[in-house]
Amino acid sequence: MAEFQVEMNEENRVYTKPRLLTDAVMHYCPGCSHGTIHKLVAEVIEEMGLEERSIGISPVGCSVLAYNYIDIDWAEAAHGRAAAVAAAIKRLNPSKLVFTYQGDGDLAAIGTGETIHACNRGDNITIIFVNNAIYGMTGGQMAPTTLLGMKTSTTPYGRDASLNGYPYKIANMITQLEGVSYVTRQSVHTPAAVRKAKKALRHAFEKSMDGKGLSFIEFVATCNSGWKLSPVAANQWMEEHMFPFYPLGDLKDI
Amino acid sequence: MEEVKLMKGNEVVAEAAVRSGCDGYFGYPITPQTEIIETLMEMRPWETTGMVVVQAESETASINMVYGGAASGKRVMTSSSSPGISLMAEGLSYLAGAELPCVVVNVSRGGPGLGTIQPSQSDYFQATKAAGHGDFHLIVLAPNSVQEMYDFVFDGFDLAFKYRNPVMILTDGLIGQMMEKVVLNRQRPRMTDEYIAEHYGDWALTGKKGRKYNIVTSLELDPQVQEERNHRLQAKYAAVKANEVRYETRLCDDADYVIVAYGCSSRICAKVIEMAREDGYKVGMLRPITLYPFPTEALKALKSHVKGFLAVELSTGQMVEDVRLSVGSDVLVEHYGRYGGMVHSPSEVYDALKEKIINKLK
Repeated sequence: MAEFQVEMNEENRVYTKPRLLTDAVMHYCPGCSHGTIHKLVAEVIEEMGLEERSIGISPVGCSVLAYNYIDIDWAEAAHGRAAAVAAAIKRLNPSKLVFTYQGDGDLAAIGTGETIHACNRGDNITIIFVNNAIYGMTGGQMAPTTLLGMKTSTTPYGRDASLNGYPYKIANMITQLEGVSYVTRQSVHTPAAVRKAKKALRHAFEKSMDGKGLSFIEFVATCNSGWKLSPVAANQWMEEHMFPFYPLGDLKDI
Repeated sequence: MEEVKLMKGNEVVAEAAVRSGCDGYFGYPITPQTEIIETLMEMRPWETTGMVVVQAESETASINMVYGGAASGKRVMTSSSSPGISLMAEGLSYLAGAELPCVVVNVSRGGPGLGTIQPSQSDYFQATKAAGHGDFHLIVLAPNSVQEMYDFVFDGFDLAFKYRNPVMILTDGLIGQMMEKVVLNRQRPRMTDEYIAEHYGDWALTGKKGRKYNIVTSLELDPQVQEERNHRLQAKYAAVKANEVRYETRLCDDADYVIVAYGCSSRICAKVIEMAREDGYKVGMLRPITLYPFPTEALKALKSHVKGFLAVELSTGQMVEDVRLSVGSDVLVEHYGRYGGMVHSPSEVYDALKEKIINKLK
């Protein structure tokens, strides 16, 4: 077996783990989008120099333990209530970066009320919304964003509109609200998408820090375990089925 | 110079919030306590002390805003009335689980369901035993005057921070709507961010400047560790029971019969014991001021000479269970109360005292 001499220096460094990502072993499934999105959050906070001024709110769902992985102050909120928790923290601590990190069930089902009203009040927070169209933590049930025809453990024959209603685009809905300054939909399935998403995340954080109102970044994401696909197949399925319904790009930027 | 005013109970809560250095109030209108947020909005404390006041979209949002504010080490509060407090059950459990300080005022009304908007004391079980899911307790203060509505906001914040536990001020539509003289004697500034970082930096979310990061959560996936957490909570409640019991007695030293009543019922019963004494019956009253912790030992001590206890409350009989648990089954304990928003008169209570206690023991 050939031996390689690897020369480690700053000039040839192309990648490093963000300093704010802790060494805790992540509980996320291999292939899950959360790991990459966490990395972006850690990187952007670090690059903005806000690690001593950041407070994150984690949801109930797969990312409930986000607080173990990013080295900033965190509160864990009751299911769906993250936006209300964040709104109060920001109003009482206006110099802080306050953001929520929520899944589709947390944000768009049980937490719809808190989400819409934080948006409408224009609270200067950032909402990070990870939409993988399924409830991962409880084992793959229907989410409000589950596509029609999609099989989950509570839609075993596929989501049927007459039984289960329709998937909805909460990001599009909140663009109508005056208090919202920035809405974008991103993904992290390719290196190019990751780079683009990182820029969008930084823009979202800057908006809330500048007091421009609420900024909202949706990540269309995979849940290969819940979708019962390999990580690669999940990415393909997302491109073929999720992106047509949840198209990527900025929806509002004022 | 003392500042004395004639004020409504609900208005006084708003006044006390600002003067007690409260950082944030988050609430939703509901009768009979809406004057609290109305008064705050009229006072505009954000222009004076910097206190934040938010009308939330629901009681659920209100209590979760309180959770957020408390997590950042601030003095925060909310208020509501019975149906709204039910909506806060989830949040109260999370606050207790994450060991966060806050003050919650319940200006209670008759139930169940939407019930009535008239005064009631039928949220006693909820406040003292089951404010939400899981093994936890609120510290519960029961004011019986407008003055105590003022003072207990201060005391509530002190207790909340001393024990890192939510405190409920359990009052009712009668005290909330009643006007009385109040001495606005106590006053203190809001805590500075530096003070919070120095005193609560071991848990509060202030940004992790100069320290390891803090996590506020009630989640623990390892049941052994969760059991230890529960042990810690129980140890805290034991300390609360040992140190914070408050009650008031009237004419109990020579009493043959004792009325146990809190809040507005204790005001009505003060008249009842006068009427009874005029008729030659030795009747006294014990008023629990803290409902949790309940004055169990004080009641037990009265057994040495008291033949019968009448628990008087605006409910079908809730606090009476704690009276029975305190004094045991070898002494007569009865309950009397109007409910559904009806308020008993002194003569109704006196008649019940004679019928249920005095005549039975003659």
